[in-house]
Amino acid sequence: MRKKPEPMQVIKERRDGALLRLVEAIPYINFMGITFQRRGDELTATMNYTDMLIGNPALPAIHGGATAAFLETAAIIELAWADIWAKMEMERLSGAEIAALPLPKLPKTIDFTTDYLSIGHPRDVYARARINRSGRRYASVHVEAWQDNRSKLVAQATGHFLMPSKNG
Amino acid sequence: MTSPSDIAQQFATFLPHCKALNMRMDMLEPSQAIMSMPYDKRLIGDPETGVIHGGAVSALMDTCGGASVFMHPENAGASVTLDLRIDYMRPAKPGERIYAESYCFHATRTVAFVRVTAWAGDKKDEMVATATGAFSFKHKTKGRA
Repeated sequence: MRKKPEPMQVIKERRDGALLRLVEAIPYINFMGITFQRRGDELTATMNYTDMLIGNPALPAIHGGATAAFLETAAIIELAWADIWAKMEMERLSGAEIAALPLPKLPKTIDFTTDYLSIGHPRDVYARARINRSGRRYASVHVEAWQDNRSKLVAQATGHFLMPSKNG
Repeated sequence: MTSPSDIAQQFATFLPHCKALNMRMDMLEPSQAIMSMPYDKRLIGDPETGVIHGGAVSALMDTCGGASVFMHPENAGASVTLDLRIDYMRPAKPGERIYAESYCFHATRTVAFVRVTAWAGDKKDEMVATATGAFSFKHKTKGRA
């Protein structure tokens, strides 16, 4: 007999719980005021605006370094999340089983290139990352960031990452 | 009169994001700058090792790059980063102050190019990261294209 599907709320709580656990483990994400929203397996990162993100008070504009840091964070979380998602969904782990797992080792940035396309206005910034290649050792990720208009990018970036080895 | 180095000195103290990261200006010369920031637990990117997030290092390298562009003798205005590529060589040792040194090696009428290196503590020969960047530039004498 087919197993009855889990109630939606249980699935959502498990997935959101796993995401929050990952994000909250990293102090810098909290320092920068970065949060993540999830729809299915798709993540959108938000850098919630605060005055300390400003680099040029005269314009005013968000610091390019903060934008780059935001994009790099979105890329790293995307990679770590893809790994957690695979474990969670393929191995059918329960919320409690996921919470008991050690936090995944994070990928390490090899290089990261940020392309600044327009001024970051003093408002929230959003980003989505796309994993273009993910091998056993290396991954290549592209990230796009925007503010008011999804098709008018503030910045885009490409980075290469060293993946954590699977056997510790 | 306010000299370029007086203004560049303020990069570290007046720009809110630099202030939040406790950046400090350590050296300013024509087309060159050295900046640093202290180790800070709030900036940890890998909780397992305590290593600072690459993003914080890139903010330091971006600012230092901008300062060296500002210190270019032919600079006539404010610059913004057009593109910055960072290569990470090794993690910055937790607890150590992080330094960045930038050299603006070329400027055209409209674009300035920089090279930046970063290290931790007094280990200047053990590079943590290197970066190359392009900044918008306003040339004093060459005028607009």
